[in-house]
Amino acid sequence: MRGKVIIGMKRKGFGSRLWSQMPLQIMVWPGIIFMIIFCYMPIYGLSVAFKHYTVVDTFQSAQWVGFENFKIAFSDKFFWDSVGNTLAISFLKILIGFPLPIILAIQISELPNGRFKKMVQTISYLPHFLSWVVLGGMVINWMSTTGAFSTMLLSLGVIDKPVNYLLQPDKYWLIAALTDVWKEAGWNTILYLAVIASIDPTYYEAARIDGAGKLRQIWYITLPLMRRIIALTFTLTIGGLLGSNLDQTLVLMNAINRPKAEVINSYVFRMGLTQGDFSYATAVGLAISIVSLILVLSTNALTKRLNDSESIF
Amino acid sequence: MMIMQRPNRNTIRENLLFDTINVMLMLLLTLLIAYPIWNVVVSSFSDAQSLSEGGITFYPKGFTLENYRAVFRDTTIWRAFGISIAKTVIGVLTHVFFCSMVAFAMSKRYLIGRKLYSAIGIITLFFGGGMVPTYLLYRQLGLLNSFWVYILPQLFNYYDMIVLMNFFRDIPASLEESAVIDGAGTWQVFLRIVLPLSLPVLATIALFNGVYQWNDYMTARMFINDEKLYPVQMKLYKVIVQSQTTAMSNPSSSAVLPTTTRSIQLATIVLTTLPIVLVYPFLQKYFVKGMTLGAVKE
Repeated sequence: MRGKVIIGMKRKGFGSRLWSQMPLQIMVWPGIIFMIIFCYMPIYGLSVAFKHYTVVDTFQSAQWVGFENFKIAFSDKFFWDSVGNTLAISFLKILIGFPLPIILAIQISELPNGRFKKMVQTISYLPHFLSWVVLGGMVINWMSTTGAFSTMLLSLGVIDKPVNYLLQPDKYWLIAALTDVWKEAGWNTILYLAVIASIDPTYYEAARIDGAGKLRQIWYITLPLMRRIIALTFTLTIGGLLGSNLDQTLVLMNAINRPKAEVINSYVFRMGLTQGDFSYATAVGLAISIVSLILVLSTNALTKRLNDSESIF
Repeated sequence: MMIMQRPNRNTIRENLLFDTINVMLMLLLTLLIAYPIWNVVVSSFSDAQSLSEGGITFYPKGFTLENYRAVFRDTTIWRAFGISIAKTVIGVLTHVFFCSMVAFAMSKRYLIGRKLYSAIGIITLFFGGGMVPTYLLYRQLGLLNSFWVYILPQLFNYYDMIVLMNFFRDIPASLEESAVIDGAGTWQVFLRIVLPLSLPVLATIALFNGVYQWNDYMTARMFINDEKLYPVQMKLYKVIVQSQTTAMSNPSSSAVLPTTTRSIQLATIVLTTLPIVLVYPFLQKYFVKGMTLGAVKE
C-alpha cells in the first residue's frame, strides 16, 4: 500500500507533490519560523559582542569595534573573579555531586523491591521539583541564626554562638555546592537506575553460584556495565564546568558574600541586563560558551578514545 | 536452577552486613532530605515569637495560622498566584499543541524538506545566543513587560519535538490509512487519531513543561518590571531578597527583624511548593519515564 503511494507520487512533478502535502508543510513552517526568530536571531545577535551597542541601537545600527570588548573583559579583575568562583563551585559540585548519584543508584538498586525502596526514591527525587527561589528561601531559613542548622550545631556543641554562614564569604562555595547536590543527587540516580535495571540478571546468578558476595557483584558486574553511561554523563558534566547556576546565585548571593558568590552568569546578568553594558556582557558570554564548547568536544574525544582502547580486549 | 550451590557462610554474613548498612544509610538519606523540608513546614506554623527565638525542630512552636492569614491578606499574592496559574496552563497547552503539530508533520518520512528542517532544529540544541542577545531581541519584539514573554518563547522546543516525533512514528500506519480512506484530512488524522493515541507522551511533556513554568522566576526577573505581571515565584524572590537585606543590616540578632517578614516568607514558600508536592507523588512514574525517554535517544 505504502510503496504504491510513493511510486504513484514519483510520477508527479515536484510542484504537485509539494502541493499534495501542503497541510503537512503548513504544520512544520510555524516551527521553523519560531526557531529562526527565537534561536537564530539571538545567535545573529552575538555580533553585538564585536560592536559598541547603546540603548538606542538595533542589532544592525551599532558601530563595529572588533575585539575591543574582549580586551576589556580579559583585563577586568571582576571578570576573572567570577571565572574563579565559577570554577571553584563547579569543581566542588563535580567532586561531591558526580560520584554520589552513582553510589546512591547502586544502593537503591540493592534494596529489596517494596514500599521502602519506593519511599526512598520518592523522597530523594522530591528536591529536584523545588524551584531555586523556594530552595534558596529554605536555605536562608536553615542558615539564619535561629534556623535549623544553627540549632543543630548548637545542640551538638560544635559552636557556642549562633552563626549565619551565608554571611561568611569563605563558606559560600561549599554552601553553593552542597545545596546543589542536595537538590539534584537523588534525581540524577534515575538514568543510572535505568541502566542497572537493564543488566541481565543471569550475570548476578552466575556470580552468586560462584560465591561472590554483594560487594564483589557490584565491583565486577554493576560498575563495569555502567561505564558507558558514566562516561557520557561525565562528558556532559565537564561541558557544564563554566556554566554556572544563575537561579541559585541570584537567590543566595548577598552584599557580604558577593566577592565569593559572583559567578560568570550572574556577572553577565549584572553587567548586561542591570547596568545596560550590552556589548561587554555579550562578549563575556560568548567567550565562555566558546571555551565550554571546546571543553565538551575534547572531553568527548578523550572518553571515546578511552572507551575504544578498552573495548579492544 | 537445579544446581544451587550453597553460598559459604562468609558470603552470607557479608551480604547480611551489606544489606543492614545499606538500609541504614538509605534511612539516613531520606532523613537528610525530608527533615530540612519538614523543618520549614513546621516553622511556617510557628508564631513570630518562637521564630525569633529559634530552636524549632520537629513540631511547630506556638502553633498559629496567622502567617498564612497574613499572606492571604496581601491581595498582590492572589494576583501572583493567578499569573502563575495562567502562565502554567496557557504555556503548557500551547507548548504541547505546537510541538506535536510540528512533530506530526516531521514524523512523515516523505515530508519534502525534512532533512533541512531537522538540520535547522538540531543546530538549536547545541548553539544559542545567550542571555544578552535574547534580552535585546525581546526588547525589539516588544516582549519586555508583557505576559506573552512567558508563553511565546516557550512555544516550541526541538528536543520535545524529537520525543513526540519518535512516539508518533510508532503508531501503526494502518490506523491513519484507514482514516484517510474514510475521508479524513491531515488535520483530522492529527487531531482525532494521533493525539488521542499519544496521551502518555503528551502527559509526560506537559508535566515537565508545567513544572518549568510553575517554578520559573528567571523570565520575570530578566524581562518583567511590572509587579502586576509577577508570578508567585518572583513575588517570593522579592520577599526573600528583602528579608536578606534586613538581616544583613543587623547580622548579630534577628530579634530586631520584622518577624512578619520571615513568617510571610515561610508561609509563601510552603504555599508556592504545595501544588507540586501534592501532584508529584502520583505522577512520579511519568517524570521518571520522561527522564529515560530522552536518554534512550542519546
